[in-house]
Amino acid sequence: MHIDVHIEKQVRAARRRFDLSVQFSADTTRLALYGPSGAGKTLTLQMLAGLVRPAKGRIVVDGKTWFDSNRGIDVPPRDRRVGYVFQDYALFPHWTVAQNVSGAFARGWPRPLSASQARRVERVLLSFDLSDIRDSYPSQLSGGQRQRTAVARALVGRPRVLLLDEPFAALDGMLKNRLRAELLAIQAHYEIPMILITHDPDDLAACADVVVSLDAGRVIDVAIGNRPAPQSSAPFAPPAANSLVAHDAMQT
Amino acid sequence: MSSVLIPLLLTLKVAVCATLIAGVLGIGAGYWLARTRMPGRDTADALLILPLVLPPTVLGYYLLVAFGRSSAFGAWLEGTLGIHLVFTWEGAALAAAIVAFPLVFKASRAAFEAVDPTLEQAGRSLGYNGWTVFSRVTLPLAWRGVIAGAMLAFARAMGEFGATLMVAGNIPGRTQTVSIAIYEAVNAGDDTLAGALVVIVSLVCVSLLIAANLFARRGHMRIAPV
Repeated sequence: MHIDVHIEKQVRAARRRFDLSVQFSADTTRLALYGPSGAGKTLTLQMLAGLVRPAKGRIVVDGKTWFDSNRGIDVPPRDRRVGYVFQDYALFPHWTVAQNVSGAFARGWPRPLSASQARRVERVLLSFDLSDIRDSYPSQLSGGQRQRTAVARALVGRPRVLLLDEPFAALDGMLKNRLRAELLAIQAHYEIPMILITHDPDDLAACADVVVSLDAGRVIDVAIGNRPAPQSSAPFAPPAANSLVAHDAMQT
Repeated sequence: MSSVLIPLLLTLKVAVCATLIAGVLGIGAGYWLARTRMPGRDTADALLILPLVLPPTVLGYYLLVAFGRSSAFGAWLEGTLGIHLVFTWEGAALAAAIVAFPLVFKASRAAFEAVDPTLEQAGRSLGYNGWTVFSRVTLPLAWRGVIAGAMLAFARAMGEFGATLMVAGNIPGRTQTVSIAIYEAVNAGDDTLAGALVVIVSLVCVSLLIAANLFARRGHMRIAPV
C-alpha cells in the first residue's frame, strides 16, 4: 500500500486548542502511528477513515485520492472501504456477535443479507473462533472475544486497509502477546495493509515496518523497518529502534 | 354513560395525535441538540423548553394569534389547505402537542447524549449513511428514554386544559376534552360525573408514569456503552 498524507486540522475543546499538521508518505503493509497520548494519532486515523474532515490537505492511497481540499474531493467512508477497529472496540451493545460482524453488510436496513454475504459472515465467524458465542451480546464477552469481534466486523466487508486504534492498550501482558500474534496472523492471512496506533514500543517491534512518530500534532520522525531514520532532537523517546533490532535477532 | 365516553374518546384522539406530533418534532430536536456544536444551542434549548414553563393560557393566546383567522398564516391555512384550527379538535391536538413537546424533547436529548458517539462513528466506518446510523444505532440505543418521554407527553396531553380551552373552546362532543368536561361538571354541580372522570384520568396518568419510569430505568442499564 502506498499512502501519501498531508493534512491539517484545528480542534477546539473548551479553552484548549489543538493544531494538527501531519505529513508523511510510506509504501508498506504495516504502518504504525506512534506517540504519547494527545499527539494526534487518533485524529489522524479518523481523518484517514473519513470520519473527521481535515481543514485542508490531501490523502492519497494507492493512487486514489480520498481527500483533496484544493480539488474539493472528500470520499465518504463507505467508498474508502476501510476497516476500523476502535480503541474500546465500539461494538454495538444492542447487537449479538453475529449481528455485529454482519454490520458491514447491513447498510440498507432492513434488507436481509444475500446468500454470499451470509456465507462470508459464517466463514469469518468460524476463522475468528466466534461461532460458539455468535448469539452473545458484547457485554457478555471477555476482552479477547471483544477484540476478535471488532476485528472480524472490520474485516468482513473486505476493506482495502485495516485501521486499528490502540488495539492492545486495554489488555494485560499475557493476553496482549497472544492477541498481537493473532492479529499478525490475520493480517498475513488476509493480506490486508494495516495502519496501527500505539504508544507501546513492543507493538512497534512486533507489528510495524514503518513507524511514523507523532508528537503535539506534528510528525517528528519516520522510521523504516530496522533502519531507523536519523533521529531528530525530539523531546519524545525515539521509536524503539533497539526493540526492532532485538525482535529481528529473536526471529533469526 | 356517553357523558363520560364521548369526552374520554375525544381526549384519547387528541392525546394520540398530539403525542405523534410532539414525538416526531421532539425526537428530531433532541437528536439535533444532543449532537450539534452550534454556538446558540443553549438558547435554542431554552426556547424549546419554554412551553413547559409558560402559563398554558399565554401559550393558547399565542396560538390564537398565530393560527386564528385574523393572522396571515391562519388565513392561509384556512383558505389554501382548508385547515381550521380554532374551535376544532385539531386545534386542541396542536395545543396539546406544543405543551407536551418539551417532555419528549428533554427525554430524547438526554437519551441521545447517553449514546456513545464512537458507536455512530463505528456505523459510519461500516459504510452507513446518516439515516442508517440514526435508525440502526442511535435510536435503538436511545429508544427507551425516548419512549419514556413520549409516555409523559401523552399523559401531559391528556390533561391539557388551559391552552386547549383558549384555542379549541368548550364544545361538548367536538372539543370538550376530559379536563374541560371535569371543570364544567364541577361548575354545574354534577359531582358524580366529575368524580368518574377524575378517577379515570388519575388512573391513566399514574399507570403511564409508572410505565415510563420502568422503561427509563431498564433502558439505562442497556444504554451503557460496551
